[in-house]
Amino acid sequence: MTETVNTVHSRTSEAIEAARAAGRTALIGYLPAGYPTVEDSIEAAVALGNNGADVIEIGIPYSDPVMDGPVIQAATSQVLADGFRIDSVFDIVKAVSARTDAVVLVMTYWNIVDRMGVDTFARRLSEAGGAGIITPDLVPEEAGDWFEASDRYGLDRVFLTAPSSTDQRIKLVVESSRGFVYGVSVMGVTGARSEVSSAAEQVVARAHEAGAPRVAVGLGISRPEHIREIGRYADGAIVGTALVSALRDGGPAAVGTLTAELATGAVRDGAGA
Amino acid sequence: MIEHTGSYQNQPGPYFGPYGGRWMPESLIAALEEVERTFTEAREDPEFIAQLQDLFTNYVNRPSLLTEVPRFAADTPGVRVFLKREDLNHTGSHKINNVIGQALLAQRMGKTRLIAETGAGQHGVATATAAALFGMECTVYMGEVDTQRQALNVARMEMLGAEVVAVKTGARTLKDAINDALRDWVASVDTTHYLLGTVTGPAPFPAMVRYFHSVIGEEAREQVLAQAGRLPDAVCACVGGGSNAMGIFHGFLDDPGVELYGLEAGGEGMDTGRHAASINLGRTGVLHGARTYLMQDEDGQTVDSHSISAGLDYPAVGPEHAWLHDTGRATYEPVTDTECMDAFQRLCRTEGIVPAIESSHALAGALRLARRWADEGLVGPDTPEAEQKIIVVNLSGRGDKDVATAAKYFGMLPDAETPAGGDAEAVAARPEGAQS
Repeated sequence: MTETVNTVHSRTSEAIEAARAAGRTALIGYLPAGYPTVEDSIEAAVALGNNGADVIEIGIPYSDPVMDGPVIQAATSQVLADGFRIDSVFDIVKAVSARTDAVVLVMTYWNIVDRMGVDTFARRLSEAGGAGIITPDLVPEEAGDWFEASDRYGLDRVFLTAPSSTDQRIKLVVESSRGFVYGVSVMGVTGARSEVSSAAEQVVARAHEAGAPRVAVGLGISRPEHIREIGRYADGAIVGTALVSALRDGGPAAVGTLTAELATGAVRDGAGA
Repeated sequence: MIEHTGSYQNQPGPYFGPYGGRWMPESLIAALEEVERTFTEAREDPEFIAQLQDLFTNYVNRPSLLTEVPRFAADTPGVRVFLKREDLNHTGSHKINNVIGQALLAQRMGKTRLIAETGAGQHGVATATAAALFGMECTVYMGEVDTQRQALNVARMEMLGAEVVAVKTGARTLKDAINDALRDWVASVDTTHYLLGTVTGPAPFPAMVRYFHSVIGEEAREQVLAQAGRLPDAVCACVGGGSNAMGIFHGFLDDPGVELYGLEAGGEGMDTGRHAASINLGRTGVLHGARTYLMQDEDGQTVDSHSISAGLDYPAVGPEHAWLHDTGRATYEPVTDTECMDAFQRLCRTEGIVPAIESSHALAGALRLARRWADEGLVGPDTPEAEQKIIVVNLSGRGDKDVATAAKYFGMLPDAETPAGGDAEAVAARPEGAQS
């Protein structure tokens, strides 16, 4: 396994490798910061971490979330309407990191980071115990400042690859990422789907061929059987909308219940669980 | 201030100084590369240029006129005002130039469906028109607020065979329509071209949309030379995203004696916070694929813009305008709703031309500039003809779509709640816009 940028100790890589060693597909769960309240978003993320998630993505609500479907949009718009401020993201990351063993990443549209200043954002995230950032609307070509800041503060940087990505772009994304590569399974926005896209396997295979040691699949994954299927070819499975729906309908406890259920799908065939 | 030497014209992008770029989800990068490749090849292809010229001449009605408006300018003797009549184009605004160009590219790429965002409805109408002309499917995203402000244009788009989706997220205006169009495009990119309507967005859109509108400035430059015998002292254009302004500015960018004014929507006033003056009160950031000036709060959340004109109600501005501002080549000033509507009425009453409310910002800017010159003693009743000042205003669209809004503004409706007659009835009959 080669990593082009491995002077930094990658906590996300470590978490995914630990899952692999235990015979599991890494389970990665997304929840929006501040939803439905700051307190409950912390409780929900802790429930996620303590019921089987290896990595937690804390999404920052943003006014123009072009990659998000209706469920996540509704949640994050509510958070913004309630007066959410960015400062609380770092409080949430700190609280969640302290109360679970799962690695905490932030997922954010880039203008949020840009406004604060990449260096300041990275420093504060690192101080809060965060492990890195997933950047849905940042491509490596625009990420010069983020490369520097992530190296300076020892943060992982997760870029996305899509079914439409050319081989050349996949190579760029793989070389730019640290922690894992986020394989977008479908051409579309976030949202639960009944089946895993047939494109997912190829997205993962192409990223692996381009040298990615770890590829996780996201978009449309909501059930244990989806994770079992993805686990045959990918290193991790990312669940978002299903968890947000559970939180909306049943609070943090429902997130814990769903996570435990999803975790059963993460156990690989033949692993002594 | 950014130092710039050499030509300002034909900036290729993706960057304009520190602005522009391609801040987009990876899923769309391949499509953007395809559009860029197709555009780059097409502009060098004589057959494509001939197709475009033919449609401009025989469908769009180009060249558009340059009309001098002496009664409009009568309060400031010594100042001559000329209007570049993009309002006379087929579909009633400059928007058709870019739409025809991109629809040809879509055809070249083998796409069968066009999607677009629209604010005032002009770009949506133009896109629906091109879709009908080229036999393509069409979906137009329009903020719910705008479907109400511009109900007639919703009906026009539907008549042309387009599906109009009323966007109910965020502020329910132009920026939210762009968000939904992008969400559609991510899922439909194999068959669909996103026909972005202004000089914002990720590369190649800013440079490509400017290219298709640059005909405005090229024509205007030739026409003013022919009619007045010299270049103008100033060019005025309204700026929301900034496509009509880039189109007319481009022809004059390398004429250092021509001052360029972009008029932003000052809404209810810059101190009220209810405006859409991205450059004047914005800070730089990233929105809809480009680094540029945008209206945002301390956390980087986009702030809702406000303008009486749906077409300028956008919280950011094309990246090339951001660069022209920083280099000092163009000057950007806000115009309030009140100043804009005064200029609107003045053009109606003095020249018999009903302008779009968007374009009325440019008219107001021209009146303000003329008064400034008069106050400074640069012009007056005794100014010899050779020393008179000339302003070219881009009249980017006609005001038919704005009759209901303007009638309400001027209190011309018998009862504001139940408007009677023609256009107003259509508005009352469609309170929820036209989700289909």
